[in-house]
Amino acid sequence: MNKVELMKTANEVRKGIVTAVHSAKSGHPGGSLSAADIYTYLYFEEMNVDPKDPKKADRDRFVLSKGHTSPGYYSTLAHRGFFPVEDLPTFRHTGSYLQGHPCMQHVPGVDMSSGSLGQGISVAVGMAISAKLSGEDYRVYTLLGDGEIQEGQVWEASMLAAHRKLDNLVVIVDNNNLQIDGDISKVNSPYPIDEKFKAFNFHVINCDGHDFDSLAAAFKEARETKGQPTAIIAKTVKGKGVSFMEDNAGWHGKAPNDEQYAVAMEDLEKAGEALCQK
Amino acid sequence: MSEVKKIATRASYGNALLELGKLHDNVIALDADLAGATQTAIFMKEFPERHIDCGIAEGNMMGVAAGLSLTGKVPFASTFAMFAAGRAFEQVRNSIGYPHCNVKIGATHAGITVGEDGATHQCNEDIALMRTIPGMTVICPADDVEARAAVFAAYEFEGPVYMRFGRAAVPVINDTPDYKFEIGKGVTLREGKDVTIIATGIMVANCLEAAEKLAADGIDAEVINIHTIKPIDADLIVASAKKTGKVVTAEEHSVIGGLGGAVAEVLAEKAPTKQLRIGINDVFGESGPAGELVKKYGLDGESVYEKIKAFV
Repeated sequence: MNKVELMKTANEVRKGIVTAVHSAKSGHPGGSLSAADIYTYLYFEEMNVDPKDPKKADRDRFVLSKGHTSPGYYSTLAHRGFFPVEDLPTFRHTGSYLQGHPCMQHVPGVDMSSGSLGQGISVAVGMAISAKLSGEDYRVYTLLGDGEIQEGQVWEASMLAAHRKLDNLVVIVDNNNLQIDGDISKVNSPYPIDEKFKAFNFHVINCDGHDFDSLAAAFKEARETKGQPTAIIAKTVKGKGVSFMEDNAGWHGKAPNDEQYAVAMEDLEKAGEALCQK
Repeated sequence: MSEVKKIATRASYGNALLELGKLHDNVIALDADLAGATQTAIFMKEFPERHIDCGIAEGNMMGVAAGLSLTGKVPFASTFAMFAAGRAFEQVRNSIGYPHCNVKIGATHAGITVGEDGATHQCNEDIALMRTIPGMTVICPADDVEARAAVFAAYEFEGPVYMRFGRAAVPVINDTPDYKFEIGKGVTLREGKDVTIIATGIMVANCLEAAEKLAADGIDAEVINIHTIKPIDADLIVASAKKTGKVVTAEEHSVIGGLGGAVAEVLAEKAPTKQLRIGINDVFGESGPAGELVKKYGLDGESVYEKIKAFV
């Protein structure tokens, strides 16, 4: 996909996020919207996956460590063809396969259940070790929140990843700067994030998480990095794409009401129309 | 029983892992800086590339094990029961239990027979914790023979398995030609009509000893080895309880939530029966040689005999 096509796709992913969360009357739009471009790049450009064969042996693996941003994950998987986009409004409804946090048994394309913060990265490390042990060349990606890295387990996993020189592992931090209780630097600052991963012997790349050129360059550099895992610190804006949600911690885990939903969809429709002019 | 061969079940675990590793390339041993103690060092020596020491980070180890299991390996995550079931409870629940990963947890140094290290390392709560996780199989072998069988059965079984091993050497009681291990199937070691003694782990040998003493007093005790606490063999327990009308449970674990709790749940619903729970009585342990602690906390054959005599 070219850059404009990726931007259009990400815009559709965002519509799916807002629609799912609005329908559920709960869920996490803020961190889903901030990661929408990252999700889109991973599933439409970077990763070797096949919606027709979600469990194919040589697929690249993805573990959503920040599992609460499942609306972004589900919307991306749906738009990529793993399941119908029309199912997104069943999100968080009783009996739906689209659980509040990803459940690998029920959602095509989901490689690991997640949701309890700090745990997904360990599973990704296990998958990357596994590939090294059996000489398989699939790559492993895991997406973390910047608040999530306050969890000690993230650093346990990072230490082992670098110790074992897992150059088939890419840790992406969605650095939207906000967690539930507010600004991450005010709650319990994890900054400087890049220096911390450097100190843990990662190859570290800072990028703009909303710019597909920047994301493309970062993932290319990660692929070329040998002998150590890569951490991509993606600077993002929480709630990106929906005017009233942008950079507002209040939209971490809250659903829009009907009026707000209409405004959000209008914002995204306009963005989509603007992209069609390009 | 001084002439009986004694082996710690953690050693059985290490030996069985090595055997399994020779048979199957997908067996991976994980440890958290306790390879010597958990005895995965035996496996490490032969298969260094398939031994992953995660360092002192048990929560991470459980997640790494999950990742390995999702990519075709059969990981055995090994550490002390305190850290496997206690420290890493939530990782075991959410990263192994919820996705029903094919991870085997080898938890050594369970119970007070940890000995001199004392209360911080004596886990008397792991059976209770692990059996609340949906889909988790919980096995507590009685001796070397059973521990080896449990490791092999766990490998063949698809799904998460928690195996509980001890630090101290215990008598080998199952080295009979017809010994058979089946997950979820209790074993009647001695038939009786006056009282049913249901034991697990190291308490099986102690209860057999107590049953002999009871026999000398004219009390005919049935002894059942429940090596699998989840899924528990309800049919066997109910049948025996109906026959004898009195049930004693014995475990090197808290009387709350472990074997005693599991048996009480079965009986309360299917065959209400008077029950005596022998175990650690809602207290922390302490430092001391394992044998002395077993006596002090009333878990040796003589103490069990006296408690049951008073009960019946």
